[in-house]
Amino acid sequence: KNRRENEVVEEGPSWECLPQEILFHIFQYLPLLDRAYASQVCRGWNQAFHMPELWRCFEFELNQPASSYLKATHPDLIKQIIKKHSNHLQYVSFKVDSSRESAEAACDILSQLVNCSLKTLGLISTARPSFMEMPKSHFISALTVVFVNSKSLSSLKIDDTPVDDPSLKVLVANNSDTLKLLKMSSCPHVSPAGIMCVADQCHGLRELALNYHLLSDELLIALSSEKHVHLEHLRIDVVSENPGQQFHTIKKSSWDAMVRHSPKFSLVMYFFLYEEEFDIFFRDEIPVTHLYFGRSVSKDVLGRVGLTCPRLVELVVCANGLRPLDEELIRIAQRCTQLSAIGLGECEVSCSAFVEFVKMCGDRLTQLSIMEEVLVPDHRYELDDIHWEVSKHLGRVWFPDMMPTW
Amino acid sequence: MAPNSIHWFRKGLRLHDNPALREAVQGAATVRCVYFLDPWFAGSSNVGVNRWRFLLQCLEDLDANLRKVNSRLFVIRGQPANVFPRLFKEWKISRLTFEYDSEPFGKERDAAIKKLAMEAGVEVIVKISHTLYDLDKIIELNGGQPPLTYKRFQTLISRLDPPEMPVETLSDTLMGSGITPISEDHGEKYGVPSLEELGFDTEGLPSAVWPGGETEALTRIERHLERKAWVANFERPRMNANSLLASPTGLSPYLRFGCLSCRLFYFKLTDLYRKVKKNSSPPLSLYGQLLWREFFYTAATNNPRFDKMEGNPICVRIPWDKNPEALAKWAEAKTGFPWIDAIMTQLRQEGWIHHLARHAVACFLSRGDLWISWEEGMKVFEELLLDADWSVNAGSWMWLSCSSFFQQFFHCYCPVGFGRRTDPNGDFIRRYLPILRGFPAKFIYDPWNAPESVQTAAKCIIGVHYPKPMVHHAEASRLNIERMKQIYQQLSRYRGLGMRQVTKERGQWKSCYCEPIRSEHFCIFRILISRIPSVVVAPPSRSCLNVTWKHTGSRKRSPQTT
Repeated sequence: KNRRENEVVEEGPSWECLPQEILFHIFQYLPLLDRAYASQVCRGWNQAFHMPELWRCFEFELNQPASSYLKATHPDLIKQIIKKHSNHLQYVSFKVDSSRESAEAACDILSQLVNCSLKTLGLISTARPSFMEMPKSHFISALTVVFVNSKSLSSLKIDDTPVDDPSLKVLVANNSDTLKLLKMSSCPHVSPAGIMCVADQCHGLRELALNYHLLSDELLIALSSEKHVHLEHLRIDVVSENPGQQFHTIKKSSWDAMVRHSPKFSLVMYFFLYEEEFDIFFRDEIPVTHLYFGRSVSKDVLGRVGLTCPRLVELVVCANGLRPLDEELIRIAQRCTQLSAIGLGECEVSCSAFVEFVKMCGDRLTQLSIMEEVLVPDHRYELDDIHWEVSKHLGRVWFPDMMPTW
Repeated sequence: MAPNSIHWFRKGLRLHDNPALREAVQGAATVRCVYFLDPWFAGSSNVGVNRWRFLLQCLEDLDANLRKVNSRLFVIRGQPANVFPRLFKEWKISRLTFEYDSEPFGKERDAAIKKLAMEAGVEVIVKISHTLYDLDKIIELNGGQPPLTYKRFQTLISRLDPPEMPVETLSDTLMGSGITPISEDHGEKYGVPSLEELGFDTEGLPSAVWPGGETEALTRIERHLERKAWVANFERPRMNANSLLASPTGLSPYLRFGCLSCRLFYFKLTDLYRKVKKNSSPPLSLYGQLLWREFFYTAATNNPRFDKMEGNPICVRIPWDKNPEALAKWAEAKTGFPWIDAIMTQLRQEGWIHHLARHAVACFLSRGDLWISWEEGMKVFEELLLDADWSVNAGSWMWLSCSSFFQQFFHCYCPVGFGRRTDPNGDFIRRYLPILRGFPAKFIYDPWNAPESVQTAAKCIIGVHYPKPMVHHAEASRLNIERMKQIYQQLSRYRGLGMRQVTKERGQWKSCYCEPIRSEHFCIFRILISRIPSVVVAPPSRSCLNVTWKHTGSRKRSPQTT
């Protein structure tokens, strides 16, 4: 734009005349605060700010200064969204801190989303699960508002909440055609019957996360029925409430049915058990792909893992003890031919066995996270030269994970 | 005209390997060594009695050793910026020397003092001797940014010239004709204060497990090396119950205060290794303790917000919980987990805990169980831990809470199991938590699981004489692992400019967006690398310094970074 004192000022294209599609394209890259500043510039930009397409996704952050260091979504903004944009919202999540007030605030907002047809809803506790500390009825009624009104829920994350069997029934009654993802780990008020209702009716379910006590042979069979789509991801948390807890078994035939029906599905299992509680696990072949041992797991159990988990892709062992896992690792390298990631915490493996393990796996190991203390030097390898041997077999430079020794 | 010198002690509380001190005495007419103590600081500062005592013992020791060369230490009450101008005039100072302080606030303070000195016509000489290397050189070698992985740091170090040799100890010869004018009332005016004078109640205070001072430090290093030579191998010693206890060969507090020169330690280790192994090149792992310290100093030197989460470019923003009651229980050793409580008791009583014990309590407070901010833990360590200085303490806490430095977070230390594996008999617990002495080894790590009969026999009912466990560990760690994963997975999905990778391929700048591979547990490396583009952009000149990631569109792979 050329302006000279004597010349008439030319009217060229100016910022406020940018077409809405272009504004939208630019605005979607701006963080909300910057977008809000931009909306104050002129009427046109203010209109663009309120375009429905910009309000499809929103994450409500509900924090109290007394319990969180992070800022909350401004209450005025929340009011405005509910007033102007609640029927545009489709992908919504609530992040709440450890205070009951935040959980209740989330439910208040949920109760007002009457005009929404949400596709995605996530209730995420960023610290202690505060949804569990609020009155259950308040929570359930707020959640039910969404279940009943949305009718097109595709993804639902309600881990660590007091959701119960009746509310799951409502979910299923209204969203069985569309539900694809359901994450409900650690929902203590749900029973196996409650989750069966979901499996029986929601035939499009592709991802499911729950605790072991909800898993049953019937559930697996239902998920493998002809009417069901292929399951993609099943996550199971096995958590010990009290030491010496007994767990029920799942028949091999149920797992086989799952694999037949959904040959590519990922079975992710997180174990938080005492060493003595593994008795029933890993006795028969199980199609687990991602295995995480959050507490100590015994040498025996790891030996059984090698024998029973042919589909294993990822293995994490937080702790084992002071007996070397040489044989167990070698067996896993031999039998778990899909293994591509392994993490070892407080364990011990002799350097020679470790090199053997890596040699057998070769470059399929894309992730090898071994704490430095795990590797025990022996007659063939010292700590300082093992990383070259391993790097050679992996085809890339590798070092163990280190922790400050200050 | 022979100058009148002041040597300003801050850290570097020693007469051996002190190049700045040597500059002070070089051809000087008078030499005075000063140390500033802010008298109001003791009460209000976040420094516990063990740290103060250690410092005072260091100062006493300095004074004693200076006496041997006919000099004395001048302990000055007040702030350097306020007092120096007066001293410059009163003592007709023309030369000021001090050891370089790499910490951001140290640099700021020193810049201000340099200005004052210049205005007063005082020559300022600064020498590096608190770190092995010139940290700015390391940063320069890494393209202007400090290395954020320890491996990267080691790679850079191996390309530098070895550290400078330690210089000779201050002696009569070195002092030459320089003298220290000492007045009759030196003790009153400039003497080292006692703990009582600083406002501490010392009645019933047990004697120091870690006595401060250069003399003690030099004795210890000889013992430390003797032990290493006797063992005749330089492997990392296996952790056992004994390792948890304070060792007469432990050196970390002395390195922190500068009673022991890190360069002296470095060279003595090197000499010993060469003698014992008859091998000329010691591996980097030999200097592990020193290099970790150096790593954190390097990471912190240009980052005034290194000890904070907010506004700290290398720290991940994690939604930590604010919970003062829980924090207090941890700090006061009342968590109900004997392993954690014993460690925190040892820390408070003695001022030192083994590095694995640090990992255990740091993990418990932050990402493992309580989900409380690492900044809170750092403050407690600052108060109680003898060897915690700003850079190392903040850096270690960020590392242990998985807030930075590319640390994989899958491994969580169990507050029961980890202790039990380290000290199966539980002697460490019994030593620091006498109330639990009556418990057998089977239950001493989880006494709440002991049947009532056992508790009664031990004369300790859980919930009455000793607290119940403050969290359910399995549930807490399950939740927290999930939190961490969410955070890192979200980091990877953020499509803001900061997350873009910028690289140069065939002379062309390219920008690409990084996605994590669908892994359940291993997200960090690829995500964090993309968060700090400078690590990527730093021009690599050796093959081990490139980056790997998966592009969403083009399926290309580049070689890997460490």
